[in-house]
Amino acid sequence: MAGAAFYDLDGTLVSTNLVHVFAFYARNDQGILKSLGRTLATVAGLPLFMAADAYSRKVFNDIFFKWYKGQSEDRLRYLAEDLFQEVVLPAVYPGALPLVDSSRRTGLRQVVVTGALDITIQPLLRYLGITEYVANQLEFVDGRATGRLKPPIMASATKASWIRTYSEKEGLQLNDCYAYADSMSDLPMLSVVGHPTATNPDLRLKSTALRHDWPIVSLQ
Amino acid sequence: MPVLRRKLDPGTVHIDTDSAPRIIQSGEDFLEEDLPVGTRVIYPKPPIQGLPNPRGAIRHAINHPLGCDPLHAQLQPGMKITIAVDDISLPLPPMVTPDTRQTALEVVLELLSDHGVDDIHIIVANSLHRKMTEGEMRRMVGTEIHDAFYPARYYCHDAEQPDGLVSLGETRHGEHLRINRRACESDLVIYININLVPMDGGHKSVTVGLCDYSSLTHHHEPQTIIDSNGYMDPAKSELNHKCVRMGALVDEHLNVFHIETVLNNRMYSDQLEFLGKNEDDFTELDRMKLKATMWTTSKLPRAMKRTFFHNIPSPFEMIACYAGRTDPVHDKTLERCFDQYAVKVKGQCDILIVGVPYISPYNVNSILNPLLVQVMGPGYFFNLYRGKPLVREGGVLILCHPCYDDFDAKFHPSYIEFFHRLLPETRDPFTLREKYEEEFANNPSYIQMYRQGNAYHGAHPFFMWYWGENGRRHVSKIIAAGAENQHVPEMLGWDRAQNLAEAIANARSHLGRTAEITMLHLPPILIPDVE
Repeated sequence: MAGAAFYDLDGTLVSTNLVHVFAFYARNDQGILKSLGRTLATVAGLPLFMAADAYSRKVFNDIFFKWYKGQSEDRLRYLAEDLFQEVVLPAVYPGALPLVDSSRRTGLRQVVVTGALDITIQPLLRYLGITEYVANQLEFVDGRATGRLKPPIMASATKASWIRTYSEKEGLQLNDCYAYADSMSDLPMLSVVGHPTATNPDLRLKSTALRHDWPIVSLQ
Repeated sequence: MPVLRRKLDPGTVHIDTDSAPRIIQSGEDFLEEDLPVGTRVIYPKPPIQGLPNPRGAIRHAINHPLGCDPLHAQLQPGMKITIAVDDISLPLPPMVTPDTRQTALEVVLELLSDHGVDDIHIIVANSLHRKMTEGEMRRMVGTEIHDAFYPARYYCHDAEQPDGLVSLGETRHGEHLRINRRACESDLVIYININLVPMDGGHKSVTVGLCDYSSLTHHHEPQTIIDSNGYMDPAKSELNHKCVRMGALVDEHLNVFHIETVLNNRMYSDQLEFLGKNEDDFTELDRMKLKATMWTTSKLPRAMKRTFFHNIPSPFEMIACYAGRTDPVHDKTLERCFDQYAVKVKGQCDILIVGVPYISPYNVNSILNPLLVQVMGPGYFFNLYRGKPLVREGGVLILCHPCYDDFDAKFHPSYIEFFHRLLPETRDPFTLREKYEEEFANNPSYIQMYRQGNAYHGAHPFFMWYWGENGRRHVSKIIAAGAENQHVPEMLGWDRAQNLAEAIANARSHLGRTAEITMLHLPPILIPDVE
């Protein structure tokens, strides 16, 4: 079959999101005071993040990734394995692996399309047995994060556009492709393929899926 | 005069000028229809008296089995045993508690415990049907058994579980069979069945109930359906022949002890019992109850009516129980089944009228969506016969149902895509099978929803469509009477009529004024034995 299955990660295959990841890094910052300060700041920032995400995923990204400013690339990479073991692995939905497995058995290429950071998702991809992915990348200068993302920023319509380009490049029929996402912000990504599936959907996506007769899957 | 007519044959009434209107179920509503004079109305037999001691009957059956040693003589401490039970598609509607499966399980589990057998799994043989919810599973076997076994040792069969099925090889016709691994690796499989109609039970129980998708493709396909002269007459059903062949494979590899129970047709509780009566015999109280029911249903929203009806269990009673080897047990079961359901009918008709109720085997606690209306019409109701079809070849089938375009996204997700994406392209079952069946069967989302949720398997809507194929080919026209929209009947390839009178006029204009009309007074179920 000339098709692929495209997965969003946060909220779709795992219950964690960008804030959980950042909170882990904040908690593990060097020195007790820095760690405490960053953790408290993260907690204090939660309402802002929520409001920004509800307004627009782009605005959320602009605000959120600024908090990484000054972080060392080596350290982020070094802690990625611990992050996976402590935070991400327990948050993988029980239905995630069976879904990926049955999808792989049908001959579909497995591709992750996520707004998460590339350096944080490698262990999870290994766990899922997925090698093809596109994720957001932090910009580093002299080994330190600038607080900006390298374009293209994976969110909303960009994901759909990437899927279209990827499918064209790889000779895949979008009609034969599947997409799995949990949030209304991923509506473009779902709309672009022939087999969209609302996965652990939020209320807005659920009602959209019902209106469009899309399957609604729970992996929880 | 009507009295004299009824005396001649209580199962058949011919409508005269003084006849009462007939009650026809149309989805969640009841219609009162004045049928044309001369219309033949066929009624089910009254319920056979239930056995006074079902528990005793089950005990007697397993102690005096057919074709093998009594169950107790086959038991040894430390044995590995799997008990398989029918799923929620039987009986219809679900019966009052205790369910027959609970009664049989209580007897069997007590016996197993007395013989030191404790490695027991209870598996719901749901095949590609939806998995039952925990509440439904609890209701089916009772709280005590549920709490002792669920979820580790009481669960639904998973036809998509990797490594969960074992190949038993092929029949001489090349039909391969894969069966639930736990059942295959057990020293003894005890199958507890509920037989409502003759197509239930027998070899179908294990070969279908515990198999996977690929095993089903040998008989759940259009040609087998076309080659089956009715589903209710096992001797003429190609579907049954294939199940028997595959059943021989099961008998070769597994030790199956079959317990089959037969229920009577007491579908209505006391308050609604009048619905199964001849309308000419209604008392004033019956008429009052009918009017009250019709008034209530006319005031309630459809979803509420549906919930209301799905929550009225049927007081079915067990009329027979047999145990032992599958073949001799099923022969006895069928005899008793026909005692209850077969109704002698003289001659075929030109126009057959049937009301489609709110329920089918595939929508317990859910919606009878358009595909299921189709499976009930040219599928089950057309095939309710022994001998030859009740409606003649080239006749007209009139189905009373609103045909609402309503689907249950949780239970029937693949039906939605099948109906809206595939049917507009083609209604030919061979093309549908060739082009799309595998795509649906392998759709990871549908597999996930079947395995982790409560959805019918992705391939199930195809089976539903094939189910109606011999009915579709036999009649020249199907008319949906009372359909509330144009597009659903159109997608199914049917005509639409505003009401039954218009449908009859349409059928008569197609077949001529002299066309003979017959109405099947369903439910309860009956099987016309057409001479």
